[in-house]
Parts: sequence; structure tokens; C-alpha cells
Amino acid sequence: MKVKVLQNILGVNDQIAARNRELLDKNGVRAINIMSSPGAGKTSLILQTIKNLRGKSLAVVEGDIASTLDADKIGEKGVEVVQINTGGECHLDANMLSIALAELNLKTIDLMFIENVGNLICPAEFNLGEHRKVMILSLPEGDDKPFKYPLMFTTADVVIVNKIDLRPVLDFNLEAFSAHVRGINPDVKLFTISCKTGEGVSDWISWLLSELKDEP
Amino acid sequence: MHELSVVQSMLDIVSEKAKEISAPRIVRINLVVGEISSIVDDCVQFYFDFMAKDTVAEEAELHFERIPLKLKCRKCSHIFFPQTGQWNCPGCGSEGVEVVGGSEFYIDSIEVE
Repeated sequence: MKVKVLQNILGVNDQIAARNRELLDKNGVRAINIMSSPGAGKTSLILQTIKNLRGKSLAVVEGDIASTLDADKIGEKGVEVVQINTGGECHLDANMLSIALAELNLKTIDLMFIENVGNLICPAEFNLGEHRKVMILSLPEGDDKPFKYPLMFTTADVVIVNKIDLRPVLDFNLEAFSAHVRGINPDVKLFTISCKTGEGVSDWISWLLSELKDEP
Repeated sequence: MHELSVVQSMLDIVSEKAKEISAPRIVRINLVVGEISSIVDDCVQFYFDFMAKDTVAEEAELHFERIPLKLKCRKCSHIFFPQTGQWNCPGCGSEGVEVVGGSEFYIDSIEVE
């Protein structure tokens, strides 16, 4: 006998994500999930934001397979940070975030960055309850990535091209890349920045501030 | 790469369903997996062989129905199956496309005794 099930296998994750979102909304926290390959600049972007975003209270949830290296760098700047070590899991899931949220005083936070595990594949599958998904692609990774990691590029609300200062020495075709990304994700916001030189960071900061204004 | 938690979630869903219909044994699980979802069939099978032991799905066969990536042109509404790296509409050449199939990942049905 065949019995229809028709259930999304990641449905349990989505339910927990919805609870996280409710908790964030109740406390007026805007949460941003930051995803990229290892080394593309997730921590650098957060550090640049800490430096340039004034007058807002930030918190960071750091996801890593192991170590507290990134959390230490952020903690040094006086920002509240919770480390999640996934112990081998290639992504953060909604349950891991719910545990981290319980450790933070959410009432005092305006903006939360969730730094996902460095990976362009699995994090795209798991909703955490965040308000926005931001992905970073760094120039050395190449301009063909939208076709190689389509799920990531179609689910991102924002795509940041980092390490733009390397453009003179690389063959990255920024126009073609932007056209590809907009092709598969027409509503996407695109920023080109260098976390090293600070180029383009002000546009990113303006966008963040507009996000915080939109908050209900 | 996250197939361990995926298999656990899958077992929870099918066990619950089997209980609901009082089925003692699941003989087949029909899964639908889209081309761009990051699920590897062999990897799911590998974990399933371990984790299904002593469950109602212990002897179940896994069947994967793969759904190819399907795109719809935002300009001329043409629906097509793209070649890797070529997502332009073959009809009008536009780069603006929408993913209309290929990201699925769900349990379609179970077969029970």
C-alpha cells in the first residue's frame, strides 16, 4: 500500500526557524545571516561594520566547525559574541541558533550578525529565522560561481563582492558576474567592496541603516 | 554533506506516518530530490543503512526521484532545462530567469505492508 506523505524533510528546521524569527521580532532584533566560502571575508565584513556603524548595538553569533579565533577577534572590539562550534556540521541550523539566542540579552540588541560556517552549499538549505541572507563572493573565487552554486545565489537577498582591490591583478569579469547574478535573482542587492581598503563599505553601511529603519 | 541530520529527520517523518496508519513495516520510501538541492543520494543511503536499524523502516528501500533544474524566462515565459553554465533563455537570449524546478527535497510517499 502506497501512502502519500508530501513532507519537506527540512520541515522541522523551518518550524524552529519560525520560532527564532518570532523571538527576534519580539525583541526588535534585525538578524542577518552571512554566508560565503572560507576566507571570502565574513569576519572582515563584520569587523568593518563594527568600525563604521555608529549608534547601534550589535551582537554576533559565530558559527565554526572548531576554534574561537573569529569570536575572539570580534570580542576584542567590545561586541557581544556567542560562539557555536558545530563539531563537523557544515552549516548552522535553526536549532543551533536557538541555543545561541538564549545566551544573549536580546532586548539590548539592534542588529545581529550570524556568521555561518564557510561553505557555499549547505548553509543555503537551512533557514535560521534570519531577516536577510547575505552572501559574500571574493574576487579570487572567480566569476563563474553563480552557475556552480545556484541555490546560494538564488536565495541570497544581498550579494557582496569582496576584495575588489584585487581587480587589477585578476581576470574576474565583474560585469558578466553581476549580469549572471541579477539574471537568476533579479531582486538581489549587489555591493562591491574591499574590507581591506574600506572601498564601498559606506554603501553597505547605508543599506544596513535602511534595514534597521524598516523594522516594524 | 549534512545527510546525517537529513536522514534523522526523514526517519522521524516516516516513523510518525507509519504509526499514524498503524503500519508495522515500511518497504519503500519515495524521495524527491531536485538537481540543485545539496543532497547526495549515496550519502543518504549510507547513513540510512546504519540509522534505520531497529526502526519501522529497517528494511525499506530508498527510491530517489531526481528533478532536473527547470528555468522560466522572465521576459518571454519560455520554460527550459539549462545546460551547466548556460542559463540564458534559448528562446529570446534574456539572462533573467526564475528557478521553477530543481530545488525540491521532500518525501513523496511511503509504501507499507
